[in-house]
Amino acid sequence: MKTDALIDTLVTDLAPTRIGFRRMVTLSLIAGAVVSALVFVLAVHARSDLSAMATSPRLWFKFAVTGSLAIAAFGLAPRLATPGVSARRWAYALLAPVAMALLGVMAECLSAPSAQWMTRLVGNYAVYCLTLIPLLSLGPLIALILALRGGAPENPGLAGAAAGLLASGVGSTIYALHCTDDSPLFVVAWYSLAMATVTLAGFFAGKRWLRW
Amino acid sequence: MNTRRLEEEWEDLMRAALTGDPSAYRRLLVSLTPRLRAVARRDCARLGMDQGEAEDVVQEVLLAIHLKRDSWDQTRPFAPWLMTIARNKMIDARRRRGKAATTSIDDFSEVLPAESDEDPTDRLDLDRMIEKLGTRQRDLVRSLSLEGRSVQETARRLDMTEGAVRVALHRALKALATLFREGGQ
Repeated sequence: MKTDALIDTLVTDLAPTRIGFRRMVTLSLIAGAVVSALVFVLAVHARSDLSAMATSPRLWFKFAVTGSLAIAAFGLAPRLATPGVSARRWAYALLAPVAMALLGVMAECLSAPSAQWMTRLVGNYAVYCLTLIPLLSLGPLIALILALRGGAPENPGLAGAAAGLLASGVGSTIYALHCTDDSPLFVVAWYSLAMATVTLAGFFAGKRWLRW
Repeated sequence: MNTRRLEEEWEDLMRAALTGDPSAYRRLLVSLTPRLRAVARRDCARLGMDQGEAEDVVQEVLLAIHLKRDSWDQTRPFAPWLMTIARNKMIDARRRRGKAATTSIDDFSEVLPAESDEDPTDRLDLDRMIEKLGTRQRDLVRSLSLEGRSVQETARRLDMTEGAVRVALHRALKALATLFREGGQ
């Protein structure tokens, strides 16, 4: 086929854009988060002392870490899938949740006697953390990978990993409403492990489905 | 026309194309093609690839621009978006060629062809890819592209609705992009 004939064919296939790429990513993330919220309401439920804990900095610490991570990854993921756009600043933004987590660990180690560190690190419900965070991240991850297929990532695995990070940020923020293990030590040990699993899943999903 | 003005024109045409304006879209693709061809030929020469392959890269880039056009952020310049897509496709082509290992880089390192508007008629990868489509998609693409029939005529000939022809064409283009990427395997 001559290039002119190809151009004719592409023009024939032209359809107006209804939803732009960035908007599609946002809407898909919302749809995925709604699915996770429904799963949470129907099958998981919030911790019974949630309102009593509302003034506890330990609860807010968890939301600060998972929420800021989700925000940074939300800036990162669509940019990694947009040709000619730098994602560097948003990659640096990922340092914010990391720094917060480290500050939390330091505060915890300074305030709690060292004999308790291990107990708090191990926590009570690590198994729930490791299963429910991936479960609550699944809807957002699928929705994000589908949306990112509209983009053109230079590195599909990396874009998929950013989608995984974003999905796990959403999943772990929702899970934090349920989780009663409030020590920063627990969060750093188990939340990060659960989120790494989702991120890894995103990486492989990206390698598989985000090539173009 | 200087580069900046040309890029602004591309941006205007692309914006119009995204609202569904076919004549703006055609003008855009026709305007992009000689530029892409010049870049592809230069890169093929630099990377020691056969000049005939440049046109394959041009076609693959046009297909990618088409399928990924929604990912251009209209508040940003168009040229970096375009050149990133072109570069990625060039790298893909180079990688595929690396497996086949044909020419050494010395053979072409001195050749720097000028910008050209001519459309080479070498047997192209795209034709091989079309052969690999399913029967239905192949007939459809041939009817629309090679035989130059309209959507209406094609629909009548293949006993499909016009909507079905459009959907099938879009799927066929996606399939062609995948075949390109996988080197026609």
